[in-house]
Amino acid sequence: MSAQKPGRFGPYGGMYVPELLVPALEQLEEVFKTALADPSFMSEFNDLLKNYAGRPTPLTRVRNLIDNPRVRLYLKREDLLHGGAHKTNQVLGQALLTRRMGKKQVIAETGAGQHGVATAIACALMGLRARIYMGARDMERQQPNVFRMRLMGAEVIPVNSGSGTLKDAVNEALRDWSASYKESHYLLGTAAGPHPYPEMVREFQRMIGREARAQILEREGRLPDMAIACVGGGSNAIGLFADFIDERQVQLVGVEPAGKGLSSGQHGAAIAKGDKGILHGAYSYVMQNAQGQIQESYSISAGLDYPAVGPEHAWLNDSGRARYVAVTDQQALEAFQRLSRAEGIIPALESSHALAYALEYAEQCREETLLLVNLSGRGDKDLAHVNKILGKPNNE
Amino acid sequence: MSDRYLNMFTKLKEQNEGAFIPFVTLGDPDIPTSLEIIRVLIRSGADALELGFPFSDPIADGPVIQRASLRALDSGVTPDDCFEMIRHIRDENEELPIGLLLYANLIVARGVERFYADAAAAGVDSILAADVPIRESALILEAARKHHISPVFIAAPGARDSVLKKIAAKGRGYTYLLSRAGVTGTESRAHTPASGMIRKLEALKAPPPVLGFGVSEKSHVRAALASGARGVFVGSAVVKIIEKNLENHKHMLKELEKYARGMKAATRGTTAS
Ligand SMILES: Cc1ncc(COP(=O)(O)O)c(C=O)c1O
Repeated sequence: MSAQKPGRFGPYGGMYVPELLVPALEQLEEVFKTALADPSFMSEFNDLLKNYAGRPTPLTRVRNLIDNPRVRLYLKREDLLHGGAHKTNQVLGQALLTRRMGKKQVIAETGAGQHGVATAIACALMGLRARIYMGARDMERQQPNVFRMRLMGAEVIPVNSGSGTLKDAVNEALRDWSASYKESHYLLGTAAGPHPYPEMVREFQRMIGREARAQILEREGRLPDMAIACVGGGSNAIGLFADFIDERQVQLVGVEPAGKGLSSGQHGAAIAKGDKGILHGAYSYVMQNAQGQIQESYSISAGLDYPAVGPEHAWLNDSGRARYVAVTDQQALEAFQRLSRAEGIIPALESSHALAYALEYAEQCREETLLLVNLSGRGDKDLAHVNKILGKPNNE
Repeated sequence: MSDRYLNMFTKLKEQNEGAFIPFVTLGDPDIPTSLEIIRVLIRSGADALELGFPFSDPIADGPVIQRASLRALDSGVTPDDCFEMIRHIRDENEELPIGLLLYANLIVARGVERFYADAAAAGVDSILAADVPIRESALILEAARKHHISPVFIAAPGARDSVLKKIAAKGRGYTYLLSRAGVTGTESRAHTPASGMIRKLEALKAPPPVLGFGVSEKSHVRAALASGARGVFVGSAVVKIIEKNLENHKHMLKELEKYARGMKAATRGTTAS
């Protein structure tokens, strides 16, 4: 299911940005394409992934979590990647591209702070300056990551406009980039935004699914029945899905944040509840009112708190190749605790959404079923936040 | 296609003047005040209007125009209200070119076809969607042609010749000449455009170039016109006056009048050639 036109996934995608930014995006597209075809680029990328970031990540079969004896559940352990989440993969790719373009400076947005941390890591490693925009509300929710970024030399800039979350951080990053594109690369953190980001981020994340595919074939002698990932902008999900898209027998499931419930209005489920529209450079599903004003999303997990979704997911949904479901804060919190307790693995709240769906699905399975969940990150960053919530009655 | 821009440029050229085109966000700070503001700007010498629709995520705008959008949204202003306001202004001003500068999602949410039909019915002459570059112009060209709305495109610093060529071929009404990189705002002043860019646009027979972004002083106006621009857009500087005088509308309108008259005066007798 590749793009028919460059930058398009069915009708979705595109490059809806001010004319001013088009040359910078076209340069990026060009450099990305030649880099992908350049063995020396790919070997440096793969070397970093292996010897710096710790790939391949393990595939862990859970021992205690699942009661249903017919179900075997495997976790792709992106939580064990350097930086604590899958974000590091594609950031290393884009950092190498930054160097290839002769740019010395990087701009990024961050929600949970995981992309910001990954960016700070790569920039420290490669001697690039990093300027990271983060919603003021997210900075509060994700304190430890703010400290991590600063420790590694990144400048973290609070964004107070709008809801003070990821959407607003992207706005600020785009505004910065439109003044600084000559010297700086915009290191977007997910498979959303204008072309070429959705395609580029997918290519720099597809090792997740490629490794998992080989690992599960080796362990089980067959492909999984279902591959499940949480969906914020869509990078860990598309990374997991990419190598399974042509394997029709593998069901692909993306899990959006239902927040306080899909009918509460407080969620981040762009596919389930959004309408087609243009945000941050791409035509996709967007949470908006009838007039086209973008709505504020909500999720317990900052990394999923985004009112749009990457355009390839919009197309995978419409074409029926992938299915998108939604999981509430409450379900995610329960999965967070259950995995910690049963397996000694503390997942990120984002990844807990994917896990929660897997747990629910596993209960109903009447046949032998092989489930693959992308454990996109670890929960260290969420400890204070979750502790606070669990300390309160009614999980207010 | 309406001839209002053409008539304006022809008349101004005869008078050896450039166009002074103020920008405001429709409904900032509320609908009645916004209409008053627009009327004052017209009375004080505006040759045309550039009007924004409030949008939640204006990525091409700096803080001043972002806040204008928020004020209008806080007063509950919708695209329907915006079209209604334009209808009033059009009724009062038969010849005045009226352009819209807005974001693509507002067009898409209404339906492209319906948006352009409604704009035409309200009396709009041109539409510039800030986040629809020429390579994505297929989104709007058909509807623009059908409803006789001039599609406007941006000639940005460093634009490739191939892009300028497309802007010349597809643009109508005027060409938005971007004075500099960055977002709207007066913090970073307008740069006089490379006159090479203006000559190229002329050679390609592009619609007349009007310079925008960072124009706030008379000296900017004179420099822009001397370099061959046919007019200027003045946005953030106007909106700043609105913002500073939210508590005192009378004073706001007086200040706007004084400022607009001064800027209009700077367009006289200074055009190139
Ligand atoms: C651990 C983790 N998983 C998932 C996400 C969601 O992003 P995406 O949908 O791009 O994978 C984030 C974002 O910050 C994250 O930190």
